[in-house]
This record gives sequence, C-alpha cells and structure tokens, in this order.
Amino acid sequence: MLEIKNLHATIDGKEILKGINLTINPGEVHAIMGPNGSGKSTLSYVLSGRDGYEVTEGSVTFQGKDLLAMEAEERAAEGVFLAFQYPVEIPGVSNTTFLKTALNAVRKHKGLPELDAMQFLKLIRAKAKALNMNDDMIKRAVNVGFSGGEKKRNDILQMAMLEPGFAILDETDSGLDIDALKLVADGVNSLRSPERSMLVITHYQRLLSYIVPDHVHVLAYGKIVRSGGKELALELEAKGYAEFGSPEAA
Amino acid sequence: MAATEQTVEQVRAVTEQKYKYGFTTEIESDLAPKGLNEDIVRFISAKKGEPEWLLEWRLQAYRHWLTMEEPTWAMVDFPKIDYQDSHYYAAPKAAKDKPKSLDEVDPELLATYEKLGIPLKEQAILAGVEGAGEMPAVAVDAVFDSVSVATTFKKKLEEKGIIFCSISEAIREHPELVRKYMGSVVPYSDNYYATLNCAVFTDGSFVYIPKGVRCPMELSTYFRINASNTGQFERTLIIADEGSYVSYLEGCTAPMRDENQLHAAVVELVAMDDATIKYSTVQNWYPGDENGKGGIYNFVTKRGACRGKNSKISWTQVETGSAITWKYPSCILQGDNSVGEFYSVAITNNYQQADTGTKMIHIGKNTRSTIVAKGISAGKAQSTYRGLVRILPKAEGARNYTQCDSLLIGDKCGAHTVPYIESRNRTARVEHEATTAKISEDQLFYCRARGLSEEDAVGLIVNGFCREVLKELPMEFAVEAQKLVAISLEGSVG
Repeated sequence: MLEIKNLHATIDGKEILKGINLTINPGEVHAIMGPNGSGKSTLSYVLSGRDGYEVTEGSVTFQGKDLLAMEAEERAAEGVFLAFQYPVEIPGVSNTTFLKTALNAVRKHKGLPELDAMQFLKLIRAKAKALNMNDDMIKRAVNVGFSGGEKKRNDILQMAMLEPGFAILDETDSGLDIDALKLVADGVNSLRSPERSMLVITHYQRLLSYIVPDHVHVLAYGKIVRSGGKELALELEAKGYAEFGSPEAA
Repeated sequence: MAATEQTVEQVRAVTEQKYKYGFTTEIESDLAPKGLNEDIVRFISAKKGEPEWLLEWRLQAYRHWLTMEEPTWAMVDFPKIDYQDSHYYAAPKAAKDKPKSLDEVDPELLATYEKLGIPLKEQAILAGVEGAGEMPAVAVDAVFDSVSVATTFKKKLEEKGIIFCSISEAIREHPELVRKYMGSVVPYSDNYYATLNCAVFTDGSFVYIPKGVRCPMELSTYFRINASNTGQFERTLIIADEGSYVSYLEGCTAPMRDENQLHAAVVELVAMDDATIKYSTVQNWYPGDENGKGGIYNFVTKRGACRGKNSKISWTQVETGSAITWKYPSCILQGDNSVGEFYSVAITNNYQQADTGTKMIHIGKNTRSTIVAKGISAGKAQSTYRGLVRILPKAEGARNYTQCDSLLIGDKCGAHTVPYIESRNRTARVEHEATTAKISEDQLFYCRARGLSEEDAVGLIVNGFCREVLKELPMEFAVEAQKLVAISLEGSVG
C-alpha cells in the first residue's frame, strides 16, 4: 500500500529526514515513536505534501503511484489523510460546508458523482452519530470554539467521511485527557479495516494502549533505528529514548 | 426552478472565465457629442422629453458643479479625469422610441442580457416561480448604457399599486412623486459626483410602494455599460410609504476596455413610518487587468432617509469589481426608533482601490444602527473602510455598533480603517470593533489536506470571513455572490 524508500527531506536547507525506509501493507497499523525533534511531524508533512519541505532523495509510492509527484490536494483525493496535531480553525465556514466541499472534490477526482445536500446530510449525520458527535457540532464553524478533544474528534469525523486508504494520525493524543483520548481512540478503531492502513505518530505509549498497532518503529534524529511489535512501545515507555543517542551521534 | 437554474448556470459560466462579462454588443448607439456644457444638459433633457422644472433643476446642478472641486480626501489615486472627453448620452438606437413591450426590444439587447444571465423574459421567470415553490420571483429593470430597455412583471406589480419603472417613465407618468422626492435625500449640491449626476443623469429605476403593501417579489435592476467612452449616470429613487416593505437588488457589469469608464450614480431611498427598504448590491464592474489598465471608476452616492418612526433601511453590498470604488451608502435616521444597517464586503485584487463605508446620522430618539464591514485585499490592492457615526443632540438613547474586519492575502496589499465618531448626546452608545488578519498557511494546508485546491480553499476561507454579510443577501444573489468572491481572488495566492 505505502512504500517509503530511503527518504531524505530538508526544511530551510536543514536535513531532518535522513533515509527513512518503511513498508505498510493494507490493513496494518504502524506506530512511530520518538523523542522531540526526531522528525516525526516532518514525516507526516512530507507524506501529506505540505509546502516548504524539500525531498532531496528517495521515493514514496502509494498504491503504485508516485506520491511525491502529487500536490497535497491530489494526495488527499487519492486517499492519504492527515489527522492534525493541531486542527485548524476556519471561522464562518460550517463543518458541513467544509466537508461537503472536500468530499465532493475527492469524489470528483475519483470520477464519482457529487453528493447533493440531502445525500450529504444523511451521510454526515450517520457518521457523526457513530462517533458520538451531536448535530450541533457538525453545524458549527470548523473547529472554532471547539475543545481540544472536540477538535480531534472532528478530524476523525472528516476521516470517516473521506474514507482514506491511508491515514496518518499526528500526535492525536496531545492535549487530551483520558476520557477524550478514549473517545478519539474508539473513533479511530471503528475506522480500522482490512483495506485501510494507518500510521500513528506519538510520543507516548498511552495512546497505543487504545489504538493497538501491528508494528512499532522508533524514529530518532531522522532515521528509523528500531522496529518491533506492540511490546516495543511498552519497553520504550519503561526505558525512555536515551539509548538511541543524541543528534550528534546520528 | 428555471430562475434558480439560470442563476446556477450563470455562476457556472462565471467560474470558467475571469471576467466573462467582457463582451461588447454590436448595437448602433445614438450618441450625444463628446463633452459637457449647458447644451449637452439641454440635449439630454430634450431627448427624454422632460418637463421644464426638471431641465431647470439639471441646469442649476450643472452651474453649481462648475464651482465645485473634485474631492481628494479618499484613499484612492487616479489620473485626472477629463470630463470633456466623454459622451454623456448613449442610447441603443433601436430603443430610441421606448419599446412598448418586450417584443419590441432589440433582440441583440435581449441576447446581451441573456448572456448576463438576467431572466428578462417574464415567461421564463413565471415558469421558474411555478416550479420553484417558495422561491421568490424577481422583477427586473434593465439599464443598457444610458437607457432603460425593459421592465418585467409590471402588470403584476400594478395590481398592488406598486410602481416599478424606469425613472424616465416615472418623470412622464408620475411627475408629482418624482418632483416631491427626487433630490430630497441627496440634494443637487451634495457632492461633486452627485451634482454631476443631477445635471446629466440619463436613466435608472423608480419604485413606489404604497401604504401597507408588502412587495411580493424582489425588484431588481441590472446596469450594463456597453458603448465606449460613455459615462453612466443613473438615478434610482425608491419610496416606501407607511407600513410597506420592499427588497431591491442591483447588479452591474461592463465590458473589458482599456480606457477607464466613469460611473457616477445616485440612489435615494425614502422610508416612511413603519416602512422597510432592503437594498442589496452585487457590484461586478470590470476591475481593469492585472496591470491596472482599464476598469470602471465607480463614484456613487447612495443615501437613505428613514423619515418615519420605526422605519428601517438596510444596505448590503458586495463590491468585487471596478478599478476604483468610492461609495458610502448612508442612512439618515430621522424618525424615532428608526433603524439603519450597513453590511459590506469589499474585495480588491491586483491594482484595485476601494474606499468605501457608510454614514449613520442619528437624529431621532432611540435610533439604532449596525455596521458590519469586511474588507479583503489581495495583490497590490488597497482597501479602506471609512465610516461616520454622528449622534445629534436630540437622539436620546441612540445606539451604534460597528465592526470592521480586514483580511489580507499576500504582503503587497493594504487595508485601512478610518472611523469618524461624533456623539453629541450623552445617553448615546457607540461601539467600534476592528480586526485585521491574514489567511494563514495553516488554514490553506488544512483545506488542501482534505482535497480542496488552493483556489477553492481561498474561496472557502474568504466566504467564511464574509459570512455575516453574505447571509443578509436574498438567496438567489447569495449564491452568485459567493462564487464572485472566490473568482475575484483567482490568482491571488501561490
């Protein structure tokens, strides 16, 4: 599904990713853990196509296509989804308008007919209900006045609507209390399927107790330094990241 | 749904081209010679077969105009206008003898309006109404260069005693109303451009809503400048008698031309006791090209008088076109408990300049006014909000709330807010809030990561920014306005 080969990327001329190799098969959930500044967020932005990051070496293929050759919106339309660490507020634009525009852009790309207002409302109500979100939340302006937990759930609702083949969850647990974390994790788990892969980026093992990964990787100073099963997360929780050295060593 | 479909179709067509109204229509024009003098004023008046008092009024205005200086206080910059280099009267030749019905209108003209998406044919509209259920019908008066070519739905309106016709016709058919109200809100000596308009105005729309009547449909005027080197000087006069209601829409387009064309209109509104006038404008005159060549100079005086108690005048404007916009739709709140509102979106891109805002003059007791102005600047454009709130000594308990928000796209544009507040009554309350923001990289990426193109993202974000204003527009207009907002910012990012 997703194949990352020897990926190097820089921002403002500074190399952040220094040769990442990672293969994710359909239905798999991979977790990437690592200390601050290891390049976790850079990886999520490079995969989703944010401007300002330059790929200097390597390749990323998604469902057989060259992902790096696509604009951010094309990647989204092809089925790459990024759940943001800090979902962005868009004042005056209702969640429904935003999602309808996004969904229809994606459907158009796939050659599917656009949904009309009634079809769309029916769909979003059903998806929101499944995520325990009320009607009020879907009518409000995108993320405006939302609590941290609501913002994350809103991102998960977007994911449920866009039905991506591959989702990146960037520090989805940051800023959430345990109840909010459970709600978000339940939402994510309900979207796990044999066709959908996920890359869960996190500092802490805590999130991985709720979203249980198939594989765990340690990213340190721009490289994946260790990979293992879900037990690796517990080990890291106990020992910390110290054994993976300092920036100078990498 | 024909009317709605037409609007949607129009909007779709609009999205295909940056300024799709840039076509000219091959119609022979009946032109006055270039230049401006008393003979031209007499020529216009004679062409329109006006009564003596109106000619005198025009001449009085013209003589006063000669003593006036062009205002220079606005934040706009343009080369000096040579007022002798324009034609002050241009009429499509076929329409010289005012057509009696739509069948007599030059088919070329009808085709032009069809291109603009104006549902001029009554049948189409009627069909649209039947299919549309709750969708209100729109009666249209179309002004082509200087002359009103057709007014639809007249019969249906007449049944309710509503008068909706061109101002020329009103001068002929209802001289007592015109004489009583014209110039009563904007006097002939008001300002440079308004005074010029009084001298040389050629046509425009007239509306009278009788006592207690709620106008059953939206009334609409479309203005189009076609002939080159012509100024367009329309006059609109709307009178809402006691307890009546009317919603009026104004749309404007012009062909693409290299030279600048002058547009100096005057709009006067009069609301009597318990009457409400809602006036909406979507202004899409040609803004000039990316290098600032060409475009319309839009120097307009719009003013409403809330003469009666509990009367209300609400201005909503979406200003996306013109090279220069100089416009301050205002309310004189004379009647006790009267209400004035001003909702504005002004978008400037490339080299466009807009200096726009409002004046709220509180005279009566417990008068209230609300101002919501949204300015968006992109490219090298400059946008200024200029607003006056004046509370006179007798305006006990007067209130004003003003909110001005500016949004900048890119780093070469500017936004300015110039509020003037004068309160001479200590019980009055005046509030002013202002914000300036930029479209953030985060917002754009968030939208793109959900599948929206950059331009769609900008359109969406800007529409969100303008929402408070756009929701004031009648529904049919709102769809069009939303698309216009997005289109006028094309190429402003990236």
